[in-house]
Amino acid sequence: MEILIAILVLGFLGLLFGVGLAIASKKLAIQVNPKLEELQHLLPGSNCGACGNPGCFGFAESLLSGKSVIDGCKVCSEEAREKIARVMGLALEKQTKKIATLHCNGGLKIKDKYIYDGVSDCIAANLVLGGQKACVFACLGFGTCQKACPFGAISMSAEALPVVDKIKCRSCNKCVLACPKKLFSLVSVSNSVYVACSSHDSGKDVKAVCPVGCIACKLCERACKFDAIHVIDNLAVINYHKCTSCKECVKVCPAKTIRIRE
Amino acid sequence: MSLQELLTIFISAVFIYNVILSRFLGLCSFIAISKETKPALAMSSAVMFVIVMSSAITWFVYRFLLLPFGLTYLRTISFILVIATFVQFVEMVIKKVSPHLYRAFGIYLPLITVNCAVLGVAVLNIDMFFVNGRQVVGSFYYSVFQGACVGLGYTLAMLLMSGIRERLELCNIPKALKDFPLAFIIASILSLSFMGFSGFKF
Repeated sequence: MEILIAILVLGFLGLLFGVGLAIASKKLAIQVNPKLEELQHLLPGSNCGACGNPGCFGFAESLLSGKSVIDGCKVCSEEAREKIARVMGLALEKQTKKIATLHCNGGLKIKDKYIYDGVSDCIAANLVLGGQKACVFACLGFGTCQKACPFGAISMSAEALPVVDKIKCRSCNKCVLACPKKLFSLVSVSNSVYVACSSHDSGKDVKAVCPVGCIACKLCERACKFDAIHVIDNLAVINYHKCTSCKECVKVCPAKTIRIRE
Repeated sequence: MSLQELLTIFISAVFIYNVILSRFLGLCSFIAISKETKPALAMSSAVMFVIVMSSAITWFVYRFLLLPFGLTYLRTISFILVIATFVQFVEMVIKKVSPHLYRAFGIYLPLITVNCAVLGVAVLNIDMFFVNGRQVVGSFYYSVFQGACVGLGYTLAMLLMSGIRERLELCNIPKALKDFPLAFIIASILSLSFMGFSGFKF
C-alpha cells in the first residue's frame, strides 16, 4: 500500500512538472530565424571577437539584421563564406587573405640593456624602460602575441621571435592589438615583400644596437621603379597600393632589412 | 520569529557553516567559475535566486505532499525533481522576458541544476525547521531567509576566490601548479580560515 502511495505521489509530481514545463515551453516559445542556426554552423565558432561582435552568435545576429557584412568575419574560410552568401542571398565580394607580419628581425641579435627578471610577458617588460632590448622598438620575445593568438598560428623561434604560420593565420588582428611595441601589421598574401624593422632611430644609432635594422640609407627608394617605397622618419615604408613585389628593394638593402616572406 | 533568531541564521549560514568553505557543497562551480570576478558574480546571483525560490517551493512540496502521506524518505528525489523543473522554467522565462539577462547568465543557469548547494539548502531547511514531523512556527519564512543567507555565503566565497585568482594571473607560478592545482590549495586555505568561525556558538 505504502509503495503505491509513494509511486502515486511521485508520479503526480512528475506529471505536474512535466505538463507544466510542456505548457510553459509552448507559451514561452520564441520565434528564432531559421537562418540564424544555419549561419552559426557556417561561422568558425572560435568566438575571437575580431568582427567587433560578442562571439560568432552575435556576428550571425548582426549579419541577419544587416548591421554587418560577410567580410566582417576575417576568420571564415573561403568555402564557408560562399555558403553564408548563399544563405543570405547576397553576392560575395572577393577578399584577399591577409597575414600578420612582424616588423622586426632583431631577436637575439640585439643585446639586452639590462637583465629583466619580472613577469614573463611583453606588456609587463615594456613597462620597465621600454623593455630589456637595447633597441627601444624591438620585439621583446616573451610571446604575448603567441598567447593572444586564438588559432595557434604564432610560435616562438629559437631567435626569440614570433613566427606566423601562413596557413593557420586567419588575420583576426588579435596579435596586432596585443603587441605592446605595435610590431605586427596585416599584409595581404599577394604582397610578399615587407620591411622587418620598426625603428625610427637614425642609421647610426640603429647600427650600434642591431645588425639587421633599417639604417635609412634610401637605397631601396632609388631602386624602386614604382615609387612604392619611401624612407619616412628614418624607416623604410612600403606603399602596398603601388608595390608589385618585384623584389628590387630586397636585392639592394644592405642590412637585409627588407625581406621576402617565406 | 525573532530578530535574534534571524541573526543567528544569517551568521551561521554566511560564516560559520559557509556553504562552500565549511559544508563543501557546490564545489564544482566554485572552482570552475571563479577565475574572474564578473562571471563569478553573475553565477552567484543566479545561484542565490534559484536557492531562494527552490527553498520556498520545496517547503510546500514537503509540507503538503510528503509529510501528510508519510513519504519523507522520498525527499531527495522529489527535491531534485523540483529544482530541475524550476531551473528549466526560469531559463524559459528569462529567455522570453529578457534575452540580455539570458545571455549574461549563459551557461551558468543550466549549471545550477546540478549544483548540490541548492539541494543541500533544501534538505537543511527540512532538517532544521521540521521537528518530529511538525513544522516550527514561521518555518516557511525561516526557510526562505536561510536560502537567501546561504546564497550570500556562496557569493562571499566566490568573490574571495575570484579576487585572489585574478591577482594570481599576474604571478609567475610553477607550471605544475597553474590554474586548478593552485585553486585547490587556495580553497583549502580559505576553508581552514573559515573553520576559525566555528568557535562561535549560538
